[in-house]
Amino acid sequence: MREIVAKKITQTVRTLCIEANTNLSEDVLAALNKALAKEESSSGQEILKQIINNAKVAWREKMPLCQDTGLAIVFVEIGQDVHIIGGNLKAAINEGVSSAYDKGHLRKSVTKDPLKRENTGNNLPAIIHLDIVPGENIRIRLLAKGGGAENCSAIKMFNPSSTKEEINSFVLDLIEKNGPNPCPPMIIGIGVGGSFDYAPLLAKESLMRELGKPNSDQETAAWENELLEKINATGIGPMGLGGNTTALAVHIERYPCHISSLPVAVNIQCHSHRYKEATL
Amino acid sequence: MTKKKTKKTSLVLKAPLTEKDIKSLNIGDRVLISGTIYAARDSAHKLFGKNPPFEIKGSILFYASPTPAKKGQVIGSIGPTTASRMDPYTVDLLKKGLKITIGKGLRSQVVKDAMKKYQAIYLVVPGGISAGIAKHILKSTIIAYPELGPEAVLELEATNLPAIVAIDCKGKDLFEVGKKKYQTK
Repeated sequence: MREIVAKKITQTVRTLCIEANTNLSEDVLAALNKALAKEESSSGQEILKQIINNAKVAWREKMPLCQDTGLAIVFVEIGQDVHIIGGNLKAAINEGVSSAYDKGHLRKSVTKDPLKRENTGNNLPAIIHLDIVPGENIRIRLLAKGGGAENCSAIKMFNPSSTKEEINSFVLDLIEKNGPNPCPPMIIGIGVGGSFDYAPLLAKESLMRELGKPNSDQETAAWENELLEKINATGIGPMGLGGNTTALAVHIERYPCHISSLPVAVNIQCHSHRYKEATL
Repeated sequence: MTKKKTKKTSLVLKAPLTEKDIKSLNIGDRVLISGTIYAARDSAHKLFGKNPPFEIKGSILFYASPTPAKKGQVIGSIGPTTASRMDPYTVDLLKKGLKITIGKGLRSQVVKDAMKKYQAIYLVVPGGISAGIAKHILKSTIIAYPELGPEAVLELEATNLPAIVAIDCKGKDLFEVGKKKYQTK
């Protein structure tokens, strides 16, 4: 049994929130540079350059990459041999988030009630997903998820008779419909299978895979490539002004499902993919 | 009103703008915004409806809400939010003389038609380059609804803020034209 103090979790979450918002990860920068080399549209090239340059400014001046510093989505894997002492786990995570958004000068973008729209003033609550795993570590993964791209996401309950082509059409129609709104070039996370609640979780988790790393299953990896090509053929381009870079990557995760079902969830992420993780 | 060309030949636009200023602009034009602009988004629009807390005639409205400024900064990171969420409120404002809206993403056909009718344009600024955009803001003042926190209405003083004309007052839409050009399927 390993003991981990709650305060350590708070500090880690706080650091992850600030880092995610000010320091664009290497894999995202690499994908943007790769896209810039291939982009044919002049406005597309200019926008990709501005995005890359913005990452430099944000890193140098410790400023948020985007004014929408997101809803903090925290995935926590707790080793079953860990004992958390000196505080409550969820409170420790939330304290880390509020401290980061306050001290780190990040925008508070959470409303207390979805209809009354009053700002909570501390970016709380975070959305927390907990999992118990073997071992004696705690792994914390944090997505600072902007609202614009999240709004473009969708789920559809297909029938088992549906084909891969029908699923592709659902994804492509969604991308066409939203066009420039989610701040392309996007990252597309797709969850296929599970249930009405689990497919979106698969989609969201797939966004946290190293950018552009194919699924370990060959057939799924080929599907990711096929969809990426189709999405980039739409012509939407960087910020929707036309071009060949509409998405940087497609990540698909598959999971068993009920004999009657075929849920498909698409979680859309903007180019400012703010993700960091740490293991305690 | 003021409209001159910089060395890079981008037009500099400054409020208050006239119909004549707007008519000369076409989709794809690169422009620079200077002078007074107002920042407002979802909750503020819902509150002010047809009566914004600033002189609407000839004005420039930026759909934005920045991150808090650090000590010594004028403003934190600032950039556009999705403009279509403000579509339900926009026609009334265009009718009252709003000349330029700045945001990201699509506008509805109703708003495009109203932009044609009332001679207004929509500019796009790329999203997610907000640390860079902050350099183009010289001053920021809360003028209404401080209780909304980040959604308060701001009066900003901009200097050479780069933007692209995405929808002009002739009803042309750069998103449609740009996409068609690079569509390969």
